[in-house]
Amino acid sequence: METEYGIIVRGAGEPNPIAASSALINAYVASLARRIDWDFQDESPARDARGFVRDVQLAPEVETHLVNAVLTNGARYYVDHAHPEYSGPECSTAREAVLYDKAGEAVLARSVAAAARLLGPGQQISVYKNNSDGKGNSYGAHENYLMDRAVPFTRVVRHAIPHFVTRQVYTGAGKVGTEAPGAEDVEFQITQRADFFEEEVGLETTLKRPIVNTRDEPHCDAQKYRRLHVILGDANLSEVADLLKVGTTALVLAMVEDNWFAAQGRDYTLARPVAAMRQVSNDLSLRQPLEMADGRAMTALEVQWEHFDLARKYADDLGLSPLGGEEAGREVLRLWEEVLSGLETDPMGMATRLDWVAKYRMVNGYRDRHGLRWRDPKLLAMDLQYHDVRPERSLYARCGMERLLGAEEVERAMTEPPTTTRAYFRGRCLQRWPQAIVAANWDSLVFDLGGDPLRRVPMMEPLRGTAAHVDELLARCSTPAELLEQLGA
Amino acid sequence: MAEREQIKKQAPSRAEPEQVEEVPAGSKRGDELKAELDELLDEIDEVLEDNAEEFVKSYVQKGGE
Repeated sequence: METEYGIIVRGAGEPNPIAASSALINAYVASLARRIDWDFQDESPARDARGFVRDVQLAPEVETHLVNAVLTNGARYYVDHAHPEYSGPECSTAREAVLYDKAGEAVLARSVAAAARLLGPGQQISVYKNNSDGKGNSYGAHENYLMDRAVPFTRVVRHAIPHFVTRQVYTGAGKVGTEAPGAEDVEFQITQRADFFEEEVGLETTLKRPIVNTRDEPHCDAQKYRRLHVILGDANLSEVADLLKVGTTALVLAMVEDNWFAAQGRDYTLARPVAAMRQVSNDLSLRQPLEMADGRAMTALEVQWEHFDLARKYADDLGLSPLGGEEAGREVLRLWEEVLSGLETDPMGMATRLDWVAKYRMVNGYRDRHGLRWRDPKLLAMDLQYHDVRPERSLYARCGMERLLGAEEVERAMTEPPTTTRAYFRGRCLQRWPQAIVAANWDSLVFDLGGDPLRRVPMMEPLRGTAAHVDELLARCSTPAELLEQLGA
Repeated sequence: MAEREQIKKQAPSRAEPEQVEEVPAGSKRGDELKAELDELLDEIDEVLEDNAEEFVKSYVQKGGE
């Protein structure tokens, strides 16, 4: 999961979000070990999953002069456009992905505290885990899923879109008002992002945003895998919503890989997916039917129930190894069923589980008590402040939300890598030999042992380099030179 | 709605919402939630940024991604 955070500086004259983001990240890394630079050799954001590379060069995804760090937990922490962005390490279960996403929030909170010590009097940086400034500018919280390259991309598109559109009923982070051109009578909607999507399929992420993004940059063996880059989700504070977002999507994509929809004779293609995104987001009652391509009418909840039933049958018949095992997969199924039941019975009963419900109850309750209009600045301020990463300022932190993770494990995940992916090798090497590593990327580490040319260690298999694979090797090696010799790099 | 009933039949393990008496797992009781909400609303003004209007106005982001 990769999250771009909103950032503002007060008391500093002209806003300069790039400088502020750099200062924030520098303040954090300065308090840690020596910074490791990112290596851009294999970055190719213009490659398209539909099989072609664009002639027209897009604006580079990342600008090399900007701050860029790799953390010992395997995450990348950097400036993207005008935002601080945290990309969590590769994870093998939904729960672990949420753990590292929450560790990212903690990294940002600590960065704000570290930056506060360096700023002049009267200046203050604040950071928000949201996706919109309420004025038509949006920034993303992207998910990435490893998929089998052999699966036809058209099949992915066909079955991903209905899930992406209807999962909004639990992934939404809530928003006061609307930013969609032409829409005016929206008081509150379920998601932050639905207003910004205009296409079904495409390569863009910053304009004409598509429901399915075709960026084809696998950061691993491109013959075997694709990385599905999912751009339409909201950044979640709620751990339950965050877990459902990645867990249900991983399940749906596993079903796509195994051609489960066709095997069960199911197809939920929507008549108008782009319009349906906003329709779902604007319908707090969750009862408006969507028009399906085959003429049926189903509500988003009904489409989700059917996906759930398909997934449970899939799990019973084929197992849950794509979710990282039975236990991890069953947790997703359990929460999925509970949340759909809850939303069906009484959406407001999900106020301690889902972001949009928590936010709606709080904002609407305040509005009622003080007799305010929906566009009152106080309500808009509450919307923003729900997402403030500083625990003492966060309104999310005051909503009594259910936690799936312990504070200690989140703290530990700020510096310790996950054990079941290549992020483990990256993180452990950075912990042990930061001076010898001059560059890191998702799929390689570059060592400088002095004298010799730089030595590059490729990591093209995301599920290799795990603790089970490399712990013994790392224990045998007391220097990076020994490691490279053992690896034959 | 016929469509809805058909879906229900496909998933017999789920309770019909009309028949549900217990609160689904993870839900809290209405009065419990109301008390918590009142408490939260009592403290909002202390936590909320001082000048809400100025805060909202100054929160301008460049697009990202």
